[in-house]
Amino acid sequence: MSDLELFRAETREWLEGNCPPEMRTPMNRETDACWGGRNWVYSSNDQKIWLERMAAKGWTAPSWPKEYGGAGLSRAEAKVLEQEMKRIQARPALLSFGIWMLGPALLKFGSDAQKMRYLPEICRGEIRWCQGYSEPNAGSDLASLATKCEDKGDHFLVNGSKVWTSYADESDWIFCLVRTDASGKKHHGISFILFDMESEGVSTKPIKLISGRSPFCETFFDDVKVPKENLVGERDKGWSIAKYLLTHEREMIGDSGNLKPVAQMVAEMGITPDAALQTKITELTIDEWAFSQTMSRMLAEAKAGASLGAKSSMLKYYGTELNKRRYEVMMDAAGTDGLEWESERSNDGDLARKWLRTKGNSIEGGTSEIQLNIIAKHILQLPGT
Amino acid sequence: MGLLLTDDEKMLQESAEGFFADKAPVSQLRALRDAKDSTGYSAELWAEMTEMGFAGVLVPEDQGGVDMGFMAAGLIAEQMGRNLSASPFLSTSVLAVTALKHAGAEQAAKLLPEIVSGKILIALAVDEGGKHNPQDIQLTATPSGNGFKLNGKKSVVVDGHVADQIIVAARTEDGLTLFIVPADVSGLATERTIMVDSRNAARMVFDDVEVTGAQVLGEVDKGADILNTVLNAGRAVLAAEMLGASSQVFELTNEYLKERKQFGRIIGEFQALQHRMAHLYCEIELARTSVLAALSALDNNPKSAGPFVSMAKAKLGSVAKLAALESVQLHGGMGMTDELDIGLYLKRIRVAQELFGDSDFHITQINK
Repeated sequence: MSDLELFRAETREWLEGNCPPEMRTPMNRETDACWGGRNWVYSSNDQKIWLERMAAKGWTAPSWPKEYGGAGLSRAEAKVLEQEMKRIQARPALLSFGIWMLGPALLKFGSDAQKMRYLPEICRGEIRWCQGYSEPNAGSDLASLATKCEDKGDHFLVNGSKVWTSYADESDWIFCLVRTDASGKKHHGISFILFDMESEGVSTKPIKLISGRSPFCETFFDDVKVPKENLVGERDKGWSIAKYLLTHEREMIGDSGNLKPVAQMVAEMGITPDAALQTKITELTIDEWAFSQTMSRMLAEAKAGASLGAKSSMLKYYGTELNKRRYEVMMDAAGTDGLEWESERSNDGDLARKWLRTKGNSIEGGTSEIQLNIIAKHILQLPGT
Repeated sequence: MGLLLTDDEKMLQESAEGFFADKAPVSQLRALRDAKDSTGYSAELWAEMTEMGFAGVLVPEDQGGVDMGFMAAGLIAEQMGRNLSASPFLSTSVLAVTALKHAGAEQAAKLLPEIVSGKILIALAVDEGGKHNPQDIQLTATPSGNGFKLNGKKSVVVDGHVADQIIVAARTEDGLTLFIVPADVSGLATERTIMVDSRNAARMVFDDVEVTGAQVLGEVDKGADILNTVLNAGRAVLAAEMLGASSQVFELTNEYLKERKQFGRIIGEFQALQHRMAHLYCEIELARTSVLAALSALDNNPKSAGPFVSMAKAKLGSVAKLAALESVQLHGGMGMTDELDIGLYLKRIRVAQELFGDSDFHITQINK
């Protein structure tokens, strides 16, 4: 038996023995997804046990080094773990911006002390993070951000505001882009800092979306004191960290590889499509297939651990546009049943709300137009204006 | 998963890339067209392709071939697509070889080595009307003496005007049967049809053409499965050719956008044009993956490859068309001239779209 096969056998056995039955059922309610953090209320004891067991194995962040709370798995081993979890339909033990976004940035740019301080508690799901990037006047043009960060000798003083901060009202800490120097070019003078959302002067206000839900907030900073050691990387050079993280974010948003195919969704709705609708579904099926295979191909082509660079823009652009198309077709299939907003039958307008939510996919994390700009510039090498 | 090339495949890709750019660039097709060449391809090129082993890429080694599989055949076709190289590769090396491999050992043993050495060309006669429709074959083979008599017509027989032998799909009492007949058999009338892409096909009329049992490929009434296998091979390799043509016409257009000036600026600076190119880039990348996945399925799971081949041919049908149309538009008036190669790509892509099923055909296949 090869090492990988042995690992698979051990993983399978461990999952069988340790994944509670309830954690092998589909997630239907929002609270079924575990985000962790200081104020997290577990929806069940099984959810708590599952997180604790997975964190103890290092499997909430399986490819991170063991010393920081990961399991040090190779890419192939991590893939096996993913497959084995999928096999028993195990829920993810933890959803976390700390794991998906901040962690990779700290691993690359953080000091040893910062890694030791933040990564293990991220892995254990003890601290919930949010991302402070966009501002009212810095959306697509992110580098023009203006949240002021002044050096006050023994601390920084932060003033300004952020917008579209995901779950800011439920998060414990924020990783935040701030302006430490406004005198030069806009890409210079940006710094990447971390601070506690319970700090004095921080306030949040949820933004109600067209879906009726509020996953995003406005976030305000009014004379917030931040310790100097919370600066990640070099002062004024945070833009490179921001770009690195955006690349990660794009790969994540574009990832529809695990989405249920639209043909299956329509079948589960109990709908028999007519010929015209069936043709639309098949066209989408072809693109879903070609896209998920392209994703696999690009990840395989990139050397282990290497970034996809500008190609992540392609995945972000195509994946989000594809997801919008998927939901348009599902709405076509559902007809007026898909338009119910408040009823038990529709699970409180689940389809309609999801459909509306997808409209943001091609805006958040860099709009489709920004992704096309990046492809034109960095891949096609077309001249700038 | 087969989406990454092996070292052998990479070597083949490189050698095919150099070979076709050198021996069969677009100017060769242009010259054949302008000279109204009676064959429509360069015999010299074909001889060199046999020397390179390309002609026998799917032929087993014990019959003289290199037996590298469909991925390799696709890589060769992709380079032919880039250069619009005209050759009997698709008809003889892909379609005929696949048919012969599934036929009796005797026929394969005789004909495959002759294909490898370039001695014979073989064409496949399936369609009878303007649209690909292998489910509706009307040409009949009726029992007569020890054999059959073939009656009916065939159209778009690719390379039918130069082939030595024709594989013809005929309706028999209880299904379809494939026959192989010499091109000069009595009762067979062949009319060369020069197509919009300056390549050649033929229309054929079978009038009491006599064949014997020895000319049956496979078994009587059992030809539908072989035909489907053969068509899937052709579809996937054709999709690879379309990928090559799309990539090339895209790159030509991208270069043009970096040179052409209007309003005192390089037109590639205009965002309206940049976004169209960036979108097309994404579509071509998806098309590339779908071709790789289809070829890999043919090599690894031939029995279940059908839906993947249909998805790839459908995807290439729409993406190659988009690439051709965008390229003409973004070249402006120059794209309409015969002087530039852009129009030649538009024409070849249009033909390749139709051959063995356009997007609509394959979407319908998948719907079934």
